[in-house]
Amino acid sequence: MDANIKYTPQDYKSDQYVRWCPGCGDYATLNCLHKAMAELNVPPHQMAVISGIGCSSRLPYYMNSYGFHTIHGRGAAIATGVKTARPDLHVWLITGDGDCLAIGGNHFIHAVRRNVDINIVLMNNKIYGLTKGQYSPTSERGFVSKSSPYGTVEDPFEPAELTLGARGKFFARAIDVDLSVMTPVMTAAARHKGAAVVEVLVNCVIFNDGIHKQIADKAFRAEKTIHLKHGEKMLFGQNNEKGLVLDGLKIKSVIVGQDGYALDDILTHDAYEEDVTLHNMLALMKDHLPIATGVIRDVSAPTYDESVAQQIAEVQARKPVGSLYDLLMSGETWEVK
Amino acid sequence: MTTQTKVTTLEHVVIRFSGDSGDGMQLTGTIFSNLSAIFGNEISTFPDYPAEVRAPQGSLSGISGFQVHLGAKKIYTPGDKANVLVAMNPAALKVNARRLYPNAIVIVDTDSFTQRDLEKAEFTTNDPFKELGLNAVQIIAAPISTMVRDGLAEFGLDNKSALRCKNMFTLGLVCWLFDRPLDNAMNLLQNKFAKKPTLVKANIKALTDGYNYGNNIHASVSTYRIDPVKIPPGHYMDVNGNTATTYGLIAAAEKAGLKLFLGSYPITPATDILQDLAKRKDLGVITIQAEDEIAGICTAIGASFAGCLAATSTSGPGLALKSEAIGLAVIAELPLVIIDVQRGGPSTGMPTKSEQTDLLQALYGRNGESPTVVLAANTPTDCFDMAFWAGKLAVEHMTPVILLTDAFLANGSAAWRIPNPDNYPDINPNYVSNYTGEQPWKPYRRDEKTLVRYWAIPGTEGFAHRIGGLEKDYETSSISTEPANHQKMVLTRQTKIDKIAEYIPELEVVGDKDADLLLVGWGGTYGHLCETMEIMHQNEKKVALASFRFINPLPKNTAETLHRYKKVIVAEQNNGQFANYLRSKIDGFNPYKFCRIKGQPFTVTRLVEEFTKILEA
Repeated sequence: MDANIKYTPQDYKSDQYVRWCPGCGDYATLNCLHKAMAELNVPPHQMAVISGIGCSSRLPYYMNSYGFHTIHGRGAAIATGVKTARPDLHVWLITGDGDCLAIGGNHFIHAVRRNVDINIVLMNNKIYGLTKGQYSPTSERGFVSKSSPYGTVEDPFEPAELTLGARGKFFARAIDVDLSVMTPVMTAAARHKGAAVVEVLVNCVIFNDGIHKQIADKAFRAEKTIHLKHGEKMLFGQNNEKGLVLDGLKIKSVIVGQDGYALDDILTHDAYEEDVTLHNMLALMKDHLPIATGVIRDVSAPTYDESVAQQIAEVQARKPVGSLYDLLMSGETWEVK
Repeated sequence: MTTQTKVTTLEHVVIRFSGDSGDGMQLTGTIFSNLSAIFGNEISTFPDYPAEVRAPQGSLSGISGFQVHLGAKKIYTPGDKANVLVAMNPAALKVNARRLYPNAIVIVDTDSFTQRDLEKAEFTTNDPFKELGLNAVQIIAAPISTMVRDGLAEFGLDNKSALRCKNMFTLGLVCWLFDRPLDNAMNLLQNKFAKKPTLVKANIKALTDGYNYGNNIHASVSTYRIDPVKIPPGHYMDVNGNTATTYGLIAAAEKAGLKLFLGSYPITPATDILQDLAKRKDLGVITIQAEDEIAGICTAIGASFAGCLAATSTSGPGLALKSEAIGLAVIAELPLVIIDVQRGGPSTGMPTKSEQTDLLQALYGRNGESPTVVLAANTPTDCFDMAFWAGKLAVEHMTPVILLTDAFLANGSAAWRIPNPDNYPDINPNYVSNYTGEQPWKPYRRDEKTLVRYWAIPGTEGFAHRIGGLEKDYETSSISTEPANHQKMVLTRQTKIDKIAEYIPELEVVGDKDADLLLVGWGGTYGHLCETMEIMHQNEKKVALASFRFINPLPKNTAETLHRYKKVIVAEQNNGQFANYLRSKIDGFNPYKFCRIKGQPFTVTRLVEEFTKILEA
């Protein structure tokens, strides 16, 4: 790698025509990924971008890196193989709510549990877009879609809860319309060693338009979301006048200076805290509490791929064997003359 | 050594060790076959164990057996019937009664032939031998448990631990019966229990006691001598099919200069492959025990994309789960070795039993036109060669390769001459650095002769590219749904596989040149067919044998060879899959079929009968 080369976002764009629907939230995700990679100056040929099936999974074709558009739900397993075989590569897994949490749920939780050093971008539009409008595992109960004409009768997954339940060490959230959060989140995910899950709330203009409107719309965003930053007070609102405090075992939204709450009472975000309790609560905030964006959890732990490599190195150092032939000849053999 | 007078020299003999799953019969059998191999005999072994880890003690369903066939001549199979049976309890006697020669020697532990033991094995009288009609067998009835307990008193072992050495007493007795010195057995025990000196001593004591017991009682049975065979010089080891498969993969990776990666999920009878390769960190092998069968193959596909010789190991139900991913490797044209250790099916079927019923699944069990290379190993040691071939064809032709073995080969063992790596063929991956075309390189640009695309490994500057499960344009390698292009790509992938026939050995026929009957088999039935042919030769029948190891593509001389014979019989352990496959590939080919789907190896006697009938029809 030539240290003098300075890559620009342009260097990560492939020659392929991007075929998402005009206005799709996936465009923003792609652009932020280009920007984040340029910021970290990762050589494009050192990147392997893996995806499953779905609208979001087309992304690898639009990256000028090594890319592999695989089969539905299996991206996490394939990315695990790539990274374990080649810890030197920057491995990204691009997936969506159906690909990752329905057909690929098992591979997702195990990749997170093993803590494989891959960056997982989960574009959550709460709908099956490529198959034209069926409900997904993140659709709310009662959601009416082509495959649920009378509304669903099942509860959704919360990607954050699933990630943390699988003992995930990194979880972040961004919204497609807010690049000021998404690019740094992508950069943080890339910097994190271990499985890093980034949930991007994306809009599907065709089949689920406005699903995130309540939080994404500029008119409400400041009130309905909170951008968590490590080491900073959990403040939100048009003028940062609101804050989060712990009230017993619950998070409560308060107005600073009212009801006896001073700035000092407001929680300070600690993304590095190993105890997952508060991270879980923050990640699951909704309804009367703001949706959390930014890096919610970022805890270091041994990664699977490094541990595999390290174990091999240790065994080889302890009992060096040159080749299969040497190994066999040193075992239980007998000679016929 | 002994003063035996009735030493009979035999050309070959079959010994079966049988007892409860916990009686240590697999270990006893393995040691006995190893020391026989070291002595210079030809060996072939067959462990036959129940699916249950520990069925109720003494019950018919819990019997675990290990059969070994020793010979002073070439041995092809573990044998149909036993000349010697070690039966640790009445259930073992009952389960094996049909697989005994009338005058076989039966060694029994009288301590475990009490009324209660007989009842557990569902005997209705007090004379199990008479009840089973074993009127001519020679019985060595010894209070083995008592003698072992007494003999080990000095070691201060608890009753249970002492009794676990019973199997070594029987091993000693069998060693006496076959005039086998004990030193090699002692060495093997030393190695086996190296970290537990008391166990070594106790086991050796039990072994010696068993041997001396035989010597002292002058049991009125024949003892046997199996002379060493003249075999090619070299270093030998005992190896089973699964282990040989792992060595073949390692050898291929070494030869290709690639890292070996295995993604797998435990499944009987293939699990040993994962376990054995997990031990090979010393040789740099990466193994992942994945969360399921699909992840097993998908991690391997990821590793292949990343530049490894990647493999996945499984059995029939697992192959079914992997089919979609195999299709991905077909269209992405990535090298991948898929090992299917076949077992009885469908569904969970008979997990510990052997069958050849996955052939059509391997050939056709995927969506779309999805050709892959299919190979089959035909002996436990051939698993090495075929795993090596699988690796070679996968990386040289950028294709998934399915290697079919089976439970019989996987667990059966034979003496193996350790091959010198200098004698293996070279393996040359088709790296992108080989590309010399004038047009700019694209991921699906191909070698003109082989139609193999070039392998650009991630990290290589200047060759970043995208591949995937969507159809690609022949020229530009971009996504394409253009009708003519799709047909061209489908046919190109097919032709690429067909062309591999130029790079594999031709079909060999052994036996009579002017045979009246050609026996055709594939994979693990080779040994039984060989032995059948030899017996038919002794009966002055003119027969020849063709055993296929390359299934897709077929060796290029296949049609011409099979058409040379007036009568051809295809024998296989399924309902005619290979026979039908051959018929679909060869115009006017109409063979006899012999199909057995019992989960057990063929019996040679039966094959001789059936084939002779066909020959004389």
